[in-house]
Amino acid sequence: MFPAPRHDSYGKPHLMKARVTVTLKTGILDPQGKAIEGALRSLGVDGVASVRQGKVFDIELEGADPKKAEVLLKEAADRLLANTVIENYRVEVVG
Amino acid sequence: MKAAILVFPGINRERDMARTLKLVSGSTPNMVWHTDHELPAGTDLVVVPGGFSYGDYLRCGAIAARSPIMDAVRAFAAKGGLVLGVCNGFQILCESGLLPGALMRNAQLKFICRDVHLKVERSDTPFTRGYNAGQVIRVPVAHGEGNYIADGETIAKLEGDGRVIFRYASADGMIEPNSNHNGAINAIAGIVNEQGNVLGMMPHPENHVEEAIGRTDGRGLFAGLTEALGRAA
Repeated sequence: MFPAPRHDSYGKPHLMKARVTVTLKTGILDPQGKAIEGALRSLGVDGVASVRQGKVFDIELEGADPKKAEVLLKEAADRLLANTVIENYRVEVVG
Repeated sequence: MKAAILVFPGINRERDMARTLKLVSGSTPNMVWHTDHELPAGTDLVVVPGGFSYGDYLRCGAIAARSPIMDAVRAFAAKGGLVLGVCNGFQILCESGLLPGALMRNAQLKFICRDVHLKVERSDTPFTRGYNAGQVIRVPVAHGEGNYIADGETIAKLEGDGRVIFRYASADGMIEPNSNHNGAINAIAGIVNEQGNVLGMMPHPENHVEEAIGRTDGRGLFAGLTEALGRAA
């Protein structure tokens, strides 16, 4: 016998989807972005002027209040997801 | 000396550090697990060793810096306690806010594992009293993210206050681009906090303390600390 699933399709809590995008601040050297830029050029992908590498966090949140979600995501970004010495971040609640 | 060495998952230089501290000071350090909330009673030196805490996930040192034990380290440092962070330890101290700035991917994108020369900028700190100002020492580095960076204002303050303690240099002490193997701003290899009791450095002085290894240039740091703590056992 398999154990019963924790939530059936009726009992699932609503999960709000959100995205935090972390990018390097302007003026911070990005050697990884530079290497990717060079690789694109050597692949013959034309017209790439520059590349900056960043990170995307897709986060599911319990609860349905977008205002609260935004506060929570900013806290998560400030305290862990981004290092604000070198990085900027953007939070989006996507539904 | 009653040292505490912090241990995080993925750290791998803690035993080198423990061996060196015992060898130079005569006292066996305590190993302190990251989930602890307190340092052992009487701790007079906290060492954050090198390695790859949490596999360098997110950013080097980012997750370790948010461990329960780091609150105790912050409180210890606020009271003037001596804190030494080496390599990943330096990254953890920056991520925890105990030191300013950040350590980025090496400018050449390579993991660098070899001996480098460091110019000791000051000898009037508890960490460098075993050296002379201007002395050049040779110690190993082993890192992929040692490229120190901070905003212009922070760098000006670090330089103005004499808080850059070690710089990458040539064998004769010249600060020049060829010796700055990771691209750090102003060839910065090690800095102290405003109060001067927290030092972070990328190179590994703990690996050059025995004749059998070939060099003993790192010994001065630990001998100086032992002397500063005034309790050489």
